[in-house]
Amino acid sequence: MIGREGPVRPGPSPIGQAMDVLRMEEITKRFGPVVANDRITLAVRAGTVHALLGENGAGKTSLMNILYGLYQPDDGRIWVRDQPVRIRSPRDAIRLGIGMIHQQFTLVPQLTVVENVVLGLRPRRPPFLDLAAAEDEITGISKTYGLDVNPRFRVMGLSVGMQQRVEILKALYRGADLLILDEPTSVLTPAETEALFEVINSLVADGKSVIFISHKLEEVLRISQAITVLRRGRIVATVPTTDTTPSDLARMMVGRDVVFRVLKTPAHAAGPALEVTDLRAASDQSYPAVKGVTFRLFRGEILGIAGVDGNGQAELAEAIAGLRPVSAGQVRLNGLEVTSWPPKARITAGLGFIPADRYRFGLVPDFTVAENLVMKTFAAPPYTRRGFLDRRTIAEHAESLVDQFDIRVHSVQQQARELSGGNQQKVILAREVSLTPTVIIAMQPTRGLDVGASEYILRELIAQRDRGAAVLYISTELEEVITISDRVAVMFAGELMGIIRPGDISHAELGLMMAGALRLKPAAGPA
Amino acid sequence: MTIRTAALRLLPVWAVLFALLLGMFFVLLAGVNPIEAYRDLLRGALADVFGFATTLVKTTPLLFAGLGVAVALRAGLINIGAEGQIYLGGLAAALVGLYVRGLPPLLHVPLAMLAAFVGGGAWALLPALLRLRRGVSEIITTLLMNYIGLYFVGALVSGPLKEPGAPYPFSPPLAPSAYLPTIIATTDAHAGILIALVLAVVTYIVLEHTPAGFQVRMVGANPSAAAYAGVNVGQTVIIAMVVSGGLAGLGGASEVMGLKHRLFDAFSPGYGYDAIVVAFLGAGQPLGVVATAFFFGALRSGANIMQRSQGVPVAVIFAIQGLAVLFLAASLAVRHRIFRWGGRSRQPVAASPAQAAGVSDPE
Repeated sequence: MIGREGPVRPGPSPIGQAMDVLRMEEITKRFGPVVANDRITLAVRAGTVHALLGENGAGKTSLMNILYGLYQPDDGRIWVRDQPVRIRSPRDAIRLGIGMIHQQFTLVPQLTVVENVVLGLRPRRPPFLDLAAAEDEITGISKTYGLDVNPRFRVMGLSVGMQQRVEILKALYRGADLLILDEPTSVLTPAETEALFEVINSLVADGKSVIFISHKLEEVLRISQAITVLRRGRIVATVPTTDTTPSDLARMMVGRDVVFRVLKTPAHAAGPALEVTDLRAASDQSYPAVKGVTFRLFRGEILGIAGVDGNGQAELAEAIAGLRPVSAGQVRLNGLEVTSWPPKARITAGLGFIPADRYRFGLVPDFTVAENLVMKTFAAPPYTRRGFLDRRTIAEHAESLVDQFDIRVHSVQQQARELSGGNQQKVILAREVSLTPTVIIAMQPTRGLDVGASEYILRELIAQRDRGAAVLYISTELEEVITISDRVAVMFAGELMGIIRPGDISHAELGLMMAGALRLKPAAGPA
Repeated sequence: MTIRTAALRLLPVWAVLFALLLGMFFVLLAGVNPIEAYRDLLRGALADVFGFATTLVKTTPLLFAGLGVAVALRAGLINIGAEGQIYLGGLAAALVGLYVRGLPPLLHVPLAMLAAFVGGGAWALLPALLRLRRGVSEIITTLLMNYIGLYFVGALVSGPLKEPGAPYPFSPPLAPSAYLPTIIATTDAHAGILIALVLAVVTYIVLEHTPAGFQVRMVGANPSAAAYAGVNVGQTVIIAMVVSGGLAGLGGASEVMGLKHRLFDAFSPGYGYDAIVVAFLGAGQPLGVVATAFFFGALRSGANIMQRSQGVPVAVIFAIQGLAVLFLAASLAVRHRIFRWGGRSRQPVAASPAQAAGVSDPE
């Protein structure tokens, strides 16, 4: 499943491109069988903000880690200010005037701002630290770019937004004129984001260049002059910001590959299995992530939830599964109000959940395949008899599921971590399906899988629908959602922008909905 | 099982062998032939009935407390507090032995042991609650509780529990009905070792063959997945920690009821700390813990003989013990790096049950 659009061809030869502060050409990076960056070519003009846009796992961060010397590319060339360079370590990158601000800050909370800034640098007047001189310089930089940081404050007393500014200060103090900001707004409040944008603007006004990594469309459109969209390790396109629209970008991010040929008969929907009413839930950072979501999911139908990653889909799924506190609203499962039920009770009441993060939620990687297949049922007969686990029954259960779902294992006593991603996903699918749930939440079930494995998962979910299960299919792969779903909802900024039948709407309109620019009245029920 | 996984499973054995090998160097420094020193060490620990009895006596508290630390380990918890739990267990057993009178041994011994389990468990409950409610690392709290336990017992035996006229802080003797019987005549070896061995087997069966053990192991291996699967992670953490402390508390009871028959000030020479080593080297497996506890018991018992016959200081044994831990820790670090390079997971699995309530992964 690779985007149809090939990588953008390299432009004219780097010689004579005096405006480019950075050129990366044909950069390729593999991690085992995974190609994180596939012949990426990128040029950043001096004095501009260049945005790197893409879903999680699109390859943005790996590319920047290559630029910062944290990874070595398997192939490709880098020019900084028209000089061919090899960046073997962050030290090399800093020498070349590249500074990176990671998502996770690298500050020592107990130290002051100035101590953090000079940490790791050779003192200018050894053996003395001469913090006073550094303080003056920091105050100067801080004033120039409106950073407003007091160098004497201790970092642990600073807000997240201020800590980020200290990181920027650190880079500037080391002479950076190309700053890489990796998802800088993901930890910020809206007000802090505004302040950050002002800082970025004053940096650019001073001739510095910024690479702004994000998956948030609005931000990228506001702050950047050029946008490169990455998808599955490849470049989809590089466009001037003025020439693009939110819906174009959304479509480029989620792709348009039509690779599935999944046979599907019309749905025979029956009564409601899952009713979500005005559901609200907070993100891990305690910001509202799900802001009043309402829908009904019927037996025998697949309701797809499309949308760009990070618009509250994960929080919605976890809230329904009972893994995230609900701040308001209601969840009804087969007519029962389950909003305050613990996960166990919801599982028993017929809720199956295929989580997005296999390693974190879906599996215990150190457990055997057989153990993973009874993760939810081990305590009940026939797997526990008279107080003891029945290892033989557990193994037989695993053997039969391994056969039925064609899971490739050497043995059911193999650790789940040793399986390929596709087979791990099949283990999860087999476990969930074997409980014959009435409602299945499937979140990104094909992420990272090859076409064959993806098709298998989709077919099985359709088979579950035909059995009478209600399936909530959450994915950022638009084409997949359209292919599999009987109705499609689009989620943006924690809200549903509408629920429609996939044939009733154009891709352009879906793109607008994903960008939050179009809101439709929901289609009440299945066809 | 491939050769590689087999080799990895035997890591603790390698670590001990390398430690013994390097320990020879220390023996050489003492000017002694290391082969002869080790021979005397082995002979002293195992060859005669007194040495063997001493080995059993030293093994017993290490085994109880080692099992305790191992149970916590399997639930993903680091219990550094076995020492304090030993003291509280010893205290509870002593109170029952001192103040409950007129019971037959068949009732008195189990009652005192039960009290010790409750005492040690209670000492571990507080850190477990602090971790769940406030996110305080149990490593710190259990460690600090050790000092409270040690000095609490010290204060009691210097004051209200002190035998009148005693030259040192210790309590009057327990009622003989609360003594653990001697199992090898004319030696100190007592029935504590038998109870510990039975509990090792019980712990093994519970961990590997019951749903409760499955739940504990799941919480230890991936708390997020456990929560997802419907397990009450908080409850599991509390139960595992209380059982962990309870087992360590039994180690204290066995010292008091089997060996000293009184409650002494500072009666444990650091068994609770050695138990951490025992549990780690035993890879958190109850039967592995039996092997490592016996090994360290034998080292301690043989070391005295070695010191007397060859003049090698007992400290060499502690150096060997330290080296074994160092080798194991180093080899585990290498092993994790192998997983990181070869595996698909770039991020370590969340280890804290506080995080486990169902949180999504940013990027």
